[in-house]
Order: sequence, then C-alpha cells, then structure tokens
Amino acid sequence: MTNHWRDIKNTDLILINGANPAEAHPVGFQWFMRAKLDRGAKIIHADPRFTRTSAMADTYLRIRTGTDVAYFGGLINYVLQNNLFHDEYVRNYTNASFIVKEGYSFNDGLFSGYDSAKRAYDISTWAYESTTPPSLPNPGLTQGPPSTSSGFAKRDMTLQHPRSVFQLMKQHYSRYTPEMVSSITGIPVADFMKVAEMVGAMGKPDKVMTIVYAVGLTHHTTGGQLIRSGAVLQLLLGNMGRPGGGMNAERGHANIQGNTDHAISWEILPGYLKIPAPGQKTIADYVAASAPKKADPNSWNFFGTNYSKFMVSTLKTWYGDAATKDNEFAFNFVPKPASNASWMTIYDQALKGKMEGLILSGMTAASIGPDSNQVRQALGSLKWLVVMDALPTTSSEFWHAPGVDAASIKTEVFMVPTTHWIEKEGSFVNSGRWSQWKDQVLPPQGQARHDHWILADLFQRVKKLYQSQGGKFPDPIMALTTNYADPTKPTLDEIAKEINGKDLTTGKQMTSFANLKDDGTTTAGDWIYTGSYPDTGNLMKRRQGVQDVKANDPTGMGFFANWAWSWPLNRRVMYNRASADLAGKPWDPTRPGIQWDAGQGKWVGDVPDYPPTMKPLTEDPTAWLPFIMNGEGVGRLFSNSMVDGPFPEHYEPIESPVKNPLHPGNSASPVAFLYDQAAGRPNRFGTASEFPYIATSYRLTEHEHYVTQHVPGLVQLQPKPFVEIPDELANQKGIKSGDQVRVSSKRGKVEVLALVTKRLGAMTVAGQKVFQIGIPIHWGYVGLSADSDPSKGRYWLANALTPFVGDANARTPEFKAFLVNLEKI
Amino acid sequence: MPTVTRRVFLKVGVAGAGALAASGLGFDVALADSTRVKQKLRIEGAKESHSVCPYCAVGCSLVAYTRTNSSGSTELLQIEGDPDSPVNEGRLCPKGATSMQLAISPRRVESPLYRPAGATSWQKISWDDMLDKIASKIKSSRDATFVTTDGNGNTVNRTEGIAFAGGAAFSSEEGYLATKVMRGLGLVHLEQQARV
Repeated sequence: MTNHWRDIKNTDLILINGANPAEAHPVGFQWFMRAKLDRGAKIIHADPRFTRTSAMADTYLRIRTGTDVAYFGGLINYVLQNNLFHDEYVRNYTNASFIVKEGYSFNDGLFSGYDSAKRAYDISTWAYESTTPPSLPNPGLTQGPPSTSSGFAKRDMTLQHPRSVFQLMKQHYSRYTPEMVSSITGIPVADFMKVAEMVGAMGKPDKVMTIVYAVGLTHHTTGGQLIRSGAVLQLLLGNMGRPGGGMNAERGHANIQGNTDHAISWEILPGYLKIPAPGQKTIADYVAASAPKKADPNSWNFFGTNYSKFMVSTLKTWYGDAATKDNEFAFNFVPKPASNASWMTIYDQALKGKMEGLILSGMTAASIGPDSNQVRQALGSLKWLVVMDALPTTSSEFWHAPGVDAASIKTEVFMVPTTHWIEKEGSFVNSGRWSQWKDQVLPPQGQARHDHWILADLFQRVKKLYQSQGGKFPDPIMALTTNYADPTKPTLDEIAKEINGKDLTTGKQMTSFANLKDDGTTTAGDWIYTGSYPDTGNLMKRRQGVQDVKANDPTGMGFFANWAWSWPLNRRVMYNRASADLAGKPWDPTRPGIQWDAGQGKWVGDVPDYPPTMKPLTEDPTAWLPFIMNGEGVGRLFSNSMVDGPFPEHYEPIESPVKNPLHPGNSASPVAFLYDQAAGRPNRFGTASEFPYIATSYRLTEHEHYVTQHVPGLVQLQPKPFVEIPDELANQKGIKSGDQVRVSSKRGKVEVLALVTKRLGAMTVAGQKVFQIGIPIHWGYVGLSADSDPSKGRYWLANALTPFVGDANARTPEFKAFLVNLEKI
Repeated sequence: MPTVTRRVFLKVGVAGAGALAASGLGFDVALADSTRVKQKLRIEGAKESHSVCPYCAVGCSLVAYTRTNSSGSTELLQIEGDPDSPVNEGRLCPKGATSMQLAISPRRVESPLYRPAGATSWQKISWDDMLDKIASKIKSSRDATFVTTDGNGNTVNRTEGIAFAGGAAFSSEEGYLATKVMRGLGLVHLEQQARV
C-alpha cells in the first residue's frame, strides 16, 4: 500500500478491482465502511463474482477476469477526453510534459522495438528526448549528481507537443471507448458510463479516490500493467501521495510485506536494491546499471543518488571486515543470476534435472502451483527436499499422496518442525507497511525449533564442513557475519538491530538512511528499516493507539505515529509531498498529508517524504519535485521500467475464449515467457473448443491458503471443496448444488462439489456469450477435510488446473484467468 | 451513541459501576452488572501479551492471555483482538478469532522426520542427525552446481542447484536472516509468497 488500512476512511470514492476485502480482509474492510458511513464515500466493485464486497458497494460491475487494463483504460480515456484530470498536478507532478524521442510507436498491439524471435522488446525508443548534457554541474543545485551523460528530458509545459507524454497517452487511450471497454470487459456501456462519471469527478483538488486491489490484479500475464493502469489513472486524478488516495495492495499473508522488503525474492537485495548482474565488476558498474538516472534539474533522485550508500552499507553488514574499499566491499561475493530465477523457474529447472535441492519454509509448492501436477513432478525430480513447517503440508507429504507410488519417488525428504508465530517474538509488517512487534507468548511445542535458529545452525554446520573439507569458493561463507551472542541461536532483537544498522565509527545505531555512507563506515541490513531501532529502543514495539485518540492521532488523519513503526522513516503515506500544491498548501485543507509551515520553516503533518526544511517550489525554484525517489522527480504516466510497454495495453489471458478486440492479430501478451515451450516441452494451453468456460480462483473468509486445513473450527465452517457455477450454465448441464462435478483444464482436473449460484453469471464479450466459474483454492490431500474423505482429497488441488505461465514482468502466474471444461460426474 | 470496548466494559463491570445503561452493547448492562458477582473471569490474573494475527496482512493486533500452571507449563487461555490497535480496534475475523486452534494443535509435527529415497514411510530422526544430513546435502549440491565464472568470463559466484522458498509466515527478522544466509551460500533461486 502507498497508504495504509485506516487511511481508507479518508476517501471519497473506493475503486476495488481484483479484490474481495469484505471476505478476504474483513477487518481491514471496516475502514471502507467508515468512509461510506461517516463521509458518504461510494464504493465501486468490479469483479467476476458478486461477493460480500459487492453487496456493500454502491455499484457492482461484473467484469471478465483479466480485463482490468481495458476498464482502467476506459476510465483514463474518459478523464482525458473530458478534461477531468487534475491539471496543476498533472502538469507539475507527472511526466505528462516530458517529450518522448522520435522512433517510439504503437501499432496493432505492438510497441516499437519488438523482436518476435526473442519474444522481447528493445526498449531504446521508450525514452525521453534529451537536452544537451550540461558541461558543468548546475550551480543552483546543492545536492545530487548534475546530470547523466545523456542530459535531462525535454519538457513542454503546455502539454501540446505531439510527442509529449500527454499527447501520446491521449492517442494511446483514445481506442478505449466505452463500446470497446464493454466489448472486452463485458460491462454494459451504461454501467461503465455511470462509473466513469463518478471517477471523473475525483480529479478536483478537494476530492480524492483510492484504488484497492489484491492478487486478482497481479495473477495475470498482464499483472504488472493492470496495476500500472490504476496508478496512471490515480496520477491523472492527482490522487497519489494524498490521504484517502493511492494505490493500495491488500497482501495475503501476515508478513509477505516484511519479507519482500527483506528480499526473499530472486531479483532484489534488501530494500529493493537490484540483484547484481553478470558483467558488473564494481560498485560503480552496479550503480550505473541499477540506479535511477536524474532526468530533470529539479529531481532529487534520492534513490539513485544514494544507491551506492545503501548497497555498501548492506555489504558491510553482511561481510564485515572482509568488505573493504580495496575489494569493492566484497561485491564479488554477491551471487549474480544468469537469468530469471523466480518461482516457476525453480520447478522448471527441477524438471530439467538442474535443481538438486529445495528448502520450503511456511509455503507449500504442491498446492500453491501453478500447474500442481507438474510441480509435484518437479518435486519428484529433486535429490532432496527440506520442508520447514509446524504442520504437515502437501509438499512434505507429496511422495505418498493419494495415487502416488511412494517407492518410485527418489527424492529424500526432511520434515523440519518449526515454531509458530506465537512461539517467537519479532515483527510482522502489514499491507500498510506498519512493522508491528509481537511478543513470544508461548514456549515451542514439542521439539519444534525457530526457523531462524534452524537456518543459523545449518549455516554454521555448512561452514564447518567447508572449514574441514574445503570446497567451491568458501570465501563468502567464511566471511558472512554472525556476530550474535550465540551464532546458532541469534535473537530476533539482535537481528532487528542489525537490520537498522549502525555507525561503525561511533558505535551508535543509525537514525536515518539519509546518514548512510558508501565508505564502509556504516552498516544497514535493510536501509528502508533504518530508523526502526535507534539507541533509544525498538520503535516497532510502540503501542500508542486508539486508547487515546486525541493524543495519539492529533491531526485526526489516522497516522498514529507512535503506534509501531512504518517504513520509510515512520512515514504513513508515501509520496506525501504530492498531497500539497506547489506552494505547499494541501490540495484539500480538510485532509492534509503534509503542509509547509512558513512560520516554523518546515513541513508539518505526516513524516514528510521530502527534505523537512526545503522551501516549496514557489519560494525556491531549485527545490525538488515531489516524487523524490525516481529520476524524473514526478509520477510516470509513461515508463520504460516495464518489459511489455511504456503504456499499459490490454492483452487477452494466454487462455481466452475470444480474440483481443483491439488487435486480434496480437491477442495475448507478446512477451509473456512460455516456460514449457522454451524448455522443449509442449505448451499445455487449452482452447475454447475443448475448454469453453473461463475459470478464476480465490480465497474464502474462513481459510487462509492451506494451513487452516488443520484448524478444526475453520474446517467446520468450510468443510469441503467446491466450485461456484452460474445457475444458467448449471441448468444447461443438469447440475444442482451438492452434485459432484469434474472441472478439467489442459493440465489437470478437480473433482469436487457444485455450488450453483447467481453470484456468477453469463456475460457478453466480443459479441459472444461466456460463462465464468469460480474455484476456491484451499483444499488438497492434507488436512482435516482430506483425512475424513474417502477420496483423501486426491483431486482437490485447485492449482492442478492453472497454467504454467506468468506476467511478462514479474512472472506472477496467471492463476486468475484460464479455460476449463465442466461435467457432472 | 457512546461506544464501550470489551476491555472498558470488563474493567467497569469488575469495578461495579452501573452507569452503562445507554451503551451500545445490545443487551441490558444493568442485568449483566447484576450477575457480575457470580462470574470469575477465565483470564483473571493471567499474563497479557501482545501478538499480531498470523493470517492475512491487515495486521490485526492480538492480546493473548497465558497462565503458568503448577507444573510450570504455560497455558494459553484466550486470544482476542487488541482494542488499542488503530488497525483493528479489537475486531477479528473468523480466522483470527480461532487462531488459538492454530497455536495449540494436536496435528503439529513434534519431532524431526526423514524419508529416504524410495521409502514408503517417515522415519524419526534426531535434530543433530537431521541438521548434519541437510548441511552435507547443501554442501554437496552447492559444490556440484556452483559457478564461479560464466561463459563470458564474468565472475558470478552463484549456486545454481539449490532453491529456497518461503517466509511470509516468518517474523521479518527471520526473513532477513534467511536472505542473508541463502545469499551467503550463493543462492540465486530465492522466493516467497509475493509472486504466488
């Protein structure tokens, strides 16, 4: 989330796409209801299925899954065509005025630079036209590099230049007419127009809209662009950086946010630093290839400017005395991946026989998919599998699952019993970036051990083996710091201090990442958490909440600055300089984020996302633009950071019953990576003639993925797997609620109960009638339900159906849109 | 309408105040108050600790009540929403409200288990033996698949044949340590639930 849960109460309009907060995040949903009940906010829910969120919404739109780019695109077009955008914000706080260089084009579904053999773009034309590089640093600027060698981007503040981002965007989205949107999404034109009018009213300075989404947007081959299209709309309406605004992702696991921040993710190091690439030999090489480039004289480019400080401080934390200026702070110790090493790649490599071992911790590959049957085959291709979990999982038990001949599975499997969340302390970071510390409430049950003690102990044992036996390049293993009182049992308090970092000269804990250095005199395990644990103590433990609202939330905006700690620097709304106009006055004085207090000479309100005493641009023409983290200093309506286009474009899911109405010749994403094809296995994608129905998958309130299959109270509430079938289709097939049905895709099948419902219904898409089927994800062959069923849950894995293909950028699997057939058994 | 949190109600109830007739509780407070003397709260005298819900990422704060039994073991009496939290203000969904059944479960794996290649059942194994076995597998797979220099002569120092995935149920500090250790071992295949 750019904002946070409680902040949703501050909004006027809530667009919910790819999410069902009333059921999947019900306690967070109270803030949606507060907005509705206390300030008359409206809720618009676009979803394939009418859920409890829809029931609370003012407007429900039945949308075909995976078509939200077209929906947002239609809204963007409506806002542009009717001049409903927030003019001052768009002109000054976005790159609408930037000139794109000649050569950029978009024709028939393809952007300039497409290479069909590689299924990839050369993005060199997705760039700004540059000024001549200045020969000397601009003397008016006090901080930051003067320029890149390519100069700054040219701008046209009138927005009239035909190659300005604004004009190119207007042209790009002109195709997204209400009729086209309707044809793609299935939303009737009249309903869409009603919503467009409501959204169009949100570009006024005293109005603000929020967009809330979840994995219903990310789990598509166009997932990244689905979210970007929402962000583009929010920038046009001037809603980024403001209380009650933003792009707000509802995350699905207790600490998925914290452990993404801490980079359990192949492409990053802690704090969203890029993983180094082969060929980079020095910190300078790495920074040149990774850090944002300053593209405007008034851009601070804070991230780019400080990239080397964050990286060196991380290396210094990890490699200690072995990281010196002379050896580039042990930069060569950091592994450099050859290519994508994400989730599906792991199993793809296993199928190729290139992956020997896998350690799973608190997640089960066999259930989570995609293409569970292929994933299980991959698990069986490993030499060894370690499952660290408190409870049995479909991965720990895959070798003797129903229908599997255990003797034929050669994988050695270790079940490593771990402690639960309540048996250890430490922080959980929620969707709103609030890092909340928890106590150890209970001692470990049985012989269970903490995950971090297991990993620390394993590391020490591996290190001893290298010490005694030697082996391949042991240097990073020998150098890795384990400065804990007991290196096999580090405390989470010790690690929290390490993450925060310290000044090696004074020995004091760092208080801000702004003070980190790239000379090896500071450490920070994860720079975005610097400031969470100063010498005064662990700020994540703070508990000044609603027991005294007046004292703890003096602005009434819900920041609660002394409850827990929020990254970065306890800031509650990101990009909050954009909540005020050029002069530093809030766009809406009743809902201030930060504002310039001329008397005190500083920004007041939330923790400013800006130098605290830098005067506004109206008083100081050299002041920084509001979006301090990127090279432009402004929000990017046009971006070269995505591999599938500088503007979001609608592509059909890989499996779709219709051709893309915008460009039937380039129907699906031209750059989504096709694992099976690339590995020489046949692509297993179905067609509508064999698999005529669209399917999507989701959660229920009573379960969380798979672990709740062990919780009796929740299994009683939702005991058996089922699929939701629209009643019209069920009637055609003679299926009644409670019947056993088989849902099959090109990859596998589920055999579960039918739930016939009006929550799903027929839609007209590209002139064709289509049905969508809904599949809850929670069941498998492990748990209380499976134990008590004669089938033992043999055909209960929802992800047996899903395709082994993902987003062109993030490789997030396309769990949410695929084709199936349906039969009564 | 004035609102009364459970905690305030309990405190006021125990103190015997009777001025809550107009509360929004939906039942007759005076009656509740009159029956008060017969009740002994299950959590009376219990230790109050703070936790956070282990399920979705709303981040609802929990209050957990425990008591140390005469045998010295800790008994978990109750988990409920923390009324002080600006996130949940004491509320919980069905999952959070049953989190006690996740915390204490007869279905827990209580000791390490090992399944050799081709075996048809689990074998019990000691922690020491298990960790030694896993450590030697990590070392042999690392040595077998470690690439120091790629085809273009670049120093890459990566372990290609081991993957680590997980962490959305870890404390952040555990996750950070997992990243540090796995990168230290040279892993490039590092993932958690964010993508799936």
